[in-house]
Amino acid sequence: MATETRGEEGGLAFHPMDQFIVKPLFGDGPVGIVTITNVTFWMALAVLCVVALLVLGTRGRALVPTRTQSVAELAYGFVYRMVEDVVGKDGLRYFPYIMTLFMFIVFSNFLGLLPLSFTTTSHIAVTAVMAIVVFVTVTVIGFVKNGAGFFGLFWIEAAPLVLRPILAVIEVISYFVRPVSHSIRLAGNMMAGHAVIKVFATFAAIVAISPLSVLAIAAIYALETLVSFIQAYVFAILTCVYLRDALHPHH
Amino acid sequence: MEGDVVQMGAYIGAGLACTGMGGAAVGVGHVVGNFLSGALRNPSAAPGQMATMFIGIAFSEALGIFSFLVALLLMFAV
Repeated sequence: MATETRGEEGGLAFHPMDQFIVKPLFGDGPVGIVTITNVTFWMALAVLCVVALLVLGTRGRALVPTRTQSVAELAYGFVYRMVEDVVGKDGLRYFPYIMTLFMFIVFSNFLGLLPLSFTTTSHIAVTAVMAIVVFVTVTVIGFVKNGAGFFGLFWIEAAPLVLRPILAVIEVISYFVRPVSHSIRLAGNMMAGHAVIKVFATFAAIVAISPLSVLAIAAIYALETLVSFIQAYVFAILTCVYLRDALHPHH
Repeated sequence: MEGDVVQMGAYIGAGLACTGMGGAAVGVGHVVGNFLSGALRNPSAAPGQMATMFIGIAFSEALGIFSFLVALLLMFAV
């Protein structure tokens, strides 16, 4: 039965999950800690794109911005307003961090949409590192700013006294699930979307349904472009929400 | 045909886990639908609440992604 399944999978033109394999960029030795892989390459490319947009784009500092400069200003203003609205004025100290996260994720997601490219954010290993750093940072900020008052986040004073211990347990659990859901949301969305595109791409090899399949790829590609942006936005805004909780544990 | 019941169970489980995504779809639709019905009543307040809507979508969608993850784990990791 297992061999049958294998044979069936071999019938597809390619496996939809093949695009997520981490390979060394040069040669094909084992992947160690310092091996240059395709993940390294696409991450570096994402960083280079961010630098190109934000540093080179605003180098002219024209009063009437060029196209690149207005995109850079738009991105800056977008994240700045988001931090200001969600966290508040005192959260603007942490704006560079959230801007970095947002730009990196946006560019990783968009670069992953290029044909034959590799989506770095589709790997839980990548997003988990970002989510854990956010989690640790936020927890440390919470304790530094509020001291023991940070526990007020779990002890909800607005609730009746009888309910408070139960709510505290729920709040503690939901606090520790945060890095899990934070990372899996991004990785899962990226992986699912790209796998769906590839599944439809395998259908394109069947002549009878290939026109339909090509249309479906176009539609899903458009959806993925939207999802790529929205997931980066969601990651950034959830970081803001966690930061707000850390700065103001008593709502 | 003999043996490999575990594999079969894993595939059936993966299929069942996908039903969780339907729940997430209902949840996301509920969030956006309610946002829209509120926004049509008071359009001037809508732009300020867009962020809240996206947070709501993200939270309900996360659970669908969890079930997708369980499906993937059953397909490829078990």
